[in-house]
Amino acid sequence: MATETLTLGKALNTGLRRALENDPKVVIMGEDVGKLGGVFRITDGLQKDFGDQRVIDTPLAESGIIGTAVGLAIRGYRPVCEIQFDGFVYPAYDQIVSQVAKMHYRSQGKVRIPMVIRIPYGGGIGAVEHHSESPEAYFAHTAGLKVVTCANPQDAYVMIQQAIASDDPIVFLEPKRRYWEKGPVDTEAPLAEAYPLHSARVARAGTDATVLAYGPMVRTALDAATAAAEDGRELEVVDLRTLSPLDLTAAYESVKRTGRCVVVHEAPGNLGLGSEIAARITEECFYSLESPVLRVTGFDTPYPASRVEEEYLPDLDRVLDAVDRTFGW
Amino acid sequence: MAKGDPGVTGRGRRAAPRSRKGATGDPQLVQLLTADGERIESATGPDGTEYRVDFTDEEYRGLYRDLVLVRKLDAEATALQRQGELGLWASLLGQEAAQVGSGRALRTQDMAFPTYREHGVLYCRGIDPIMPLGLFRGVDQGGWDPNEFKFNMYTIVIGAQTLHATGYAMGVHMDGRTGTEDGEAVIAYFGDGATSQGDVNEAFVWASVFNTPLVFFCQNNQYAISEPLERQTRVPLYQRAGGFGFPGVRVDGNDVLASYAVTRHALDNARLGQGPSLIEAYTYRMGAHTTSDDPTRYRIASEVEAWQAKDPIARMKAFLTKQKIADDAFFAEVDEQARTESVHLRERVLAMPDPEPVTMFDNVYPTGSPELDVQRAQFTKYMESFEGSAH
Repeated sequence: MATETLTLGKALNTGLRRALENDPKVVIMGEDVGKLGGVFRITDGLQKDFGDQRVIDTPLAESGIIGTAVGLAIRGYRPVCEIQFDGFVYPAYDQIVSQVAKMHYRSQGKVRIPMVIRIPYGGGIGAVEHHSESPEAYFAHTAGLKVVTCANPQDAYVMIQQAIASDDPIVFLEPKRRYWEKGPVDTEAPLAEAYPLHSARVARAGTDATVLAYGPMVRTALDAATAAAEDGRELEVVDLRTLSPLDLTAAYESVKRTGRCVVVHEAPGNLGLGSEIAARITEECFYSLESPVLRVTGFDTPYPASRVEEEYLPDLDRVLDAVDRTFGW
Repeated sequence: MAKGDPGVTGRGRRAAPRSRKGATGDPQLVQLLTADGERIESATGPDGTEYRVDFTDEEYRGLYRDLVLVRKLDAEATALQRQGELGLWASLLGQEAAQVGSGRALRTQDMAFPTYREHGVLYCRGIDPIMPLGLFRGVDQGGWDPNEFKFNMYTIVIGAQTLHATGYAMGVHMDGRTGTEDGEAVIAYFGDGATSQGDVNEAFVWASVFNTPLVFFCQNNQYAISEPLERQTRVPLYQRAGGFGFPGVRVDGNDVLASYAVTRHALDNARLGQGPSLIEAYTYRMGAHTTSDDPTRYRIASEVEAWQAKDPIARMKAFLTKQKIADDAFFAEVDEQARTESVHLRERVLAMPDPEPVTMFDNVYPTGSPELDVQRAQFTKYMESFEGSAH
């Protein structure tokens, strides 16, 4: 086993490199992904090594990126599209929702669009507007798309390769504020034996309450669990990883033991993933629940000016506050 | 089947652009067959390209047969909608020549990306005309295999397919399938209304900067549902190409010969690696936008009558008759074939079974979804609860 310590961003870069090496049909396309290596450097060095027909700097038009990628997919390619920031995906929304998501269905399985749409998402980096959004619910709501998100370097490295290898169209959400966090990555384990892409995973075992999180909020939830442990309360943290389809198997099992559940995400609470998750947990774990499922989310405002984003984003204290409230019922 | 060599000469041989007219004025057209059925030996495009066709009598008759069959099958579909057998139909009436001309200009290896009105091109690609009727009847959403027939699924979102065509053409180029006479080319169909869409303009940019082997084929049928061309453009549409850096040409879209010549030339340029081009096929939507539309609310009868005089089939028939390429027996035989095929089409539409409800869960994902499996199982169980009851 060859374990390296990589940042989450470098793990993605290494995973993309592997995918380009393993399949000549994989092409990367997006704005500034070539010489610049992307604004976050996730494609750093790839055009230099694989050429400008494999790593394509596109014109500055998001619908064009996804729409032409559809044509490339019909031609037999496996496009990996980079949308530069979450807030810039909306010009491509029609192509993603009406074309990418429905081709396989409409053609009764004759057309596959094995496309990955990478989107750096979420806040916490002090950015200007349109650079800190969490659009996952829009895509999870769309049948025909799958939506996944990674929370640590090991998952980033494996999941990006799994997503590219999958024949499904996948929205791959990258927690941009965690790009620089480091962790161990096993770069030699065979992909076929890796943990399945569309499965949640317990990130920390616990007995007193269950915290469900994904992407950038997994770190927040783990920090909350550490703090709670100091107060003698053991939180179980589940990293959901796959937002569509949702895998709540581990969550159900956990909530049936703990009787308490808190869902955490950055996106606004109204009709966010937490709403769906709370409904399902209520349905599945009704007789085990000691309190209602609570949500800790962004507020139902536009993403605010960055000087107040720390108050907008769920943090350790808000997670612990919600956990406390589940014990107060 | 028309296989004639268009016999065009290269671009730029003779720079003789005529005066350009407004978007809806007397259009500058490449025309090889007048509305009266007079043959024009050759026609010059705005960049000096000289267009001509050299068909055998058999090929001329074949094009006529295509036009008549396509119109008849389309009329049958309209009738089926009126009788409640289709939910909707988008008629191609009046646009037969643009579609048959361009459709027959495609070589076997060429790929087409249609809108929802390209029934004539679909016919030329050898797809059973029953296929789009499944979509409009509501038993499926269009089920032919695009790669088998080199003809993609119908696209209803206006202009979206032009980007797909552009990406596909990028793939052709990346596969090294351009630069030779047996190379591949791609054609993207869209209408005058679509030229206002962002996707179409993005496709123009992409096709240009990547020099893709692509022909943009715009059927300007003068209306986007009720909105006339003036609401989409202040310049003739073919001139838009210049701003994107590739050639544009306006062809008489009611002239099957010119539509063929111009498309074949553009496709061959594309396959040879000379990049994209735009064809504006100047035509007229003789019928409604769809069967849900009422064109009497937004256009006057005299306008329709003026276009009636430019009918694509009448002029071809006049030409064949004058040149003694076809006789009454031939025309009668074609009419009889059209009648037989439309009856056959009708019978098969009426026999189309509704899909089983549970099939709505099929093919949502290539690799499936556990969530959806649960929903399917619940739905199946629910439906089974009615078994034996009157529901």
